[in-house]
Amino acid sequence: MKRTYILSKRILALAIALVSILGTVTGCSDKASSSKDEKSSSETVSITNVSYDPTRELYEQYNKLFQEYWEKEKGQKAEIIQSHGGSGKQARSVLEGNEADVVTLALEGDVDELRTGGLIDDGWVDEFPKNSAPYTSTIVFLVRKDNPKNIKDWDDIVKPGVEVITPDPKSSGGARWNFLAAWAYADKKYGGDEAKNKEFLKSLYDNVSVLDSGARGATTTFVENKKGDVLLAWENEAFLSVKEHPGEYEIVTPSLSILAQPSVAVVDANVEKHGTGEVSKAYLEYLYSDEAQRLEGENYYRPSAPEILSEFSDTFDLNIELVNINDDFGGWAAAAEKFFEDGAIFDQIYQ
Amino acid sequence: MFSLKMHFKKQNNSVIPGFGLSMGITVTMLSLIVLIPLFSVFLILSDSTFREFWQVVTDKQTIAAYKVSLSCSAIAAVINVVFGILLAWILTRYKFPLRRVLDGLIELPFALPTAVAGIALTTLYSGEGWIGGLFAKAGIEISYTRIGITIAMIFIGIPFVVRSIQPVLEKLDPQYEEAASALGASRSRIFFKVVLPEILPAALAGFGLAFARSMGEYGSVVFIAGNIPYETQIVPLIIMNKLEQFNYPAATSIALVMVLFAFVLLFIINLIQAQINKIARG
Repeated sequence: MKRTYILSKRILALAIALVSILGTVTGCSDKASSSKDEKSSSETVSITNVSYDPTRELYEQYNKLFQEYWEKEKGQKAEIIQSHGGSGKQARSVLEGNEADVVTLALEGDVDELRTGGLIDDGWVDEFPKNSAPYTSTIVFLVRKDNPKNIKDWDDIVKPGVEVITPDPKSSGGARWNFLAAWAYADKKYGGDEAKNKEFLKSLYDNVSVLDSGARGATTTFVENKKGDVLLAWENEAFLSVKEHPGEYEIVTPSLSILAQPSVAVVDANVEKHGTGEVSKAYLEYLYSDEAQRLEGENYYRPSAPEILSEFSDTFDLNIELVNINDDFGGWAAAAEKFFEDGAIFDQIYQ
Repeated sequence: MFSLKMHFKKQNNSVIPGFGLSMGITVTMLSLIVLIPLFSVFLILSDSTFREFWQVVTDKQTIAAYKVSLSCSAIAAVINVVFGILLAWILTRYKFPLRRVLDGLIELPFALPTAVAGIALTTLYSGEGWIGGLFAKAGIEISYTRIGITIAMIFIGIPFVVRSIQPVLEKLDPQYEEAASALGASRSRIFFKVVLPEILPAALAGFGLAFARSMGEYGSVVFIAGNIPYETQIVPLIIMNKLEQFNYPAATSIALVMVLFAFVLLFIINLIQAQINKIARG
């Protein structure tokens, strides 16, 4: 009697262990099998777009636009799964197994990290027009109502007593653009004297009171928690803040800034596995269509097509002088190595 | 109480059957959840030389971050022990309306997503917030300073202390205190000579847990910390930054140092506890 009792207990425990193991195994393979199902049915196709923080609103609208277009073209329903977060973090998640079909990230460097990881084929930058950047943005200043510190240009934000909010370039894609824009301004001002550029950047970062880990965090610190006098922000984020808090903030466009080219790419290894190559490519190509370009402009991204951009000349300051990462900094890899690696210039100015 | 413990120790044949199987499951679970992930830390590191490792973990900025993390967690843990004892005392020794509700609230920091806590605390303690506004008038900034970091750590650490002490206090017979009082001991004497020795091991355990947890906390602290290198940058943030730069070996090196810190800390506290128990047993 006692023996059978123990035996049945043992069987029960074993059964539980087995079930839990089976559960984990099938749980893990769930994703793979469901994507196979989608492949076989021609009625709906599902792709995952891994993007960065501020594009949330844009892709919400763009996905609807693309779904209509795709259904008209191919008679097929497209389902798009969106994922947003810090650009570097998002790239890492794809690298570690998040099965993205397309990535639309803030930095060329982040996409290129996927190429190094073997997920994207060489030469992806030339796969789509304009260096695979369908829309661009730039770095501007967001200041409080009536601009109490009278901030007009970069020189005004390095003055003592001005409190600056910008995210940490070590962790935020946006913050790297901020840093490089300031560097480009200093470079022009001092005629290429690197020691003086460093001084300039040092006085700028001495004024920084909070280095949030991401662009959205910095916006929250400045807008919601009312910290600081000026926020270095993506142009589109700055416009969103002004729109959400009418009359509380003003945008100041500096004389010189940087052309930020958020990059898009098809994740070749994943689309091959999912059989979603065609739709993924079309998804990114359609970003260059007139309708999509207009939508991007409405979401405060600068459309890459010049004639559509000129439609938004009331919104954007088109006179701003823009430097560019490839021509002025020798590309992302070089810039990252020179400025943001451990012990590089950004670390030096804090020592 | 101690005779009770002895009694259990003597029984080698446990009342729960199936030692082999349950031990097997325990070891498997521990391996899957704790040991293998920890071991993989060493595995990632095996690619880098000791020199690289040493360079990363003794970097000036990283050392400054150790200091911030350790000092803030230590202060937070001390504050937590003091107020944790008080809270546990009130919750076990007094009956008052809404006691159960208050008791349940203690656990909220466990359940709340840490990012939510971090954002709420930052807003509350910023110069524009309800509480931060009052301090700002006195010229004290809380959010985005080390004080802010400490406050977030107090918030996430308090349940560990209260929940460690509470059961001991519940078991502690008030008759001891009554007897001490009848023998003419003052209130403070009763607390320090009768109550405190009993709850000290539990309080230490709570201290250790709160300390270790605060050191590793990322989610809530990162919002309230200003993240300025050498000033308000915590170690977990440095680890995250290394990850953002795809520098896995460097991130793992620093993570390993954190694991060692936590291990040494908990080990020392265990030693002290054993010592106290020895003394108590005579």
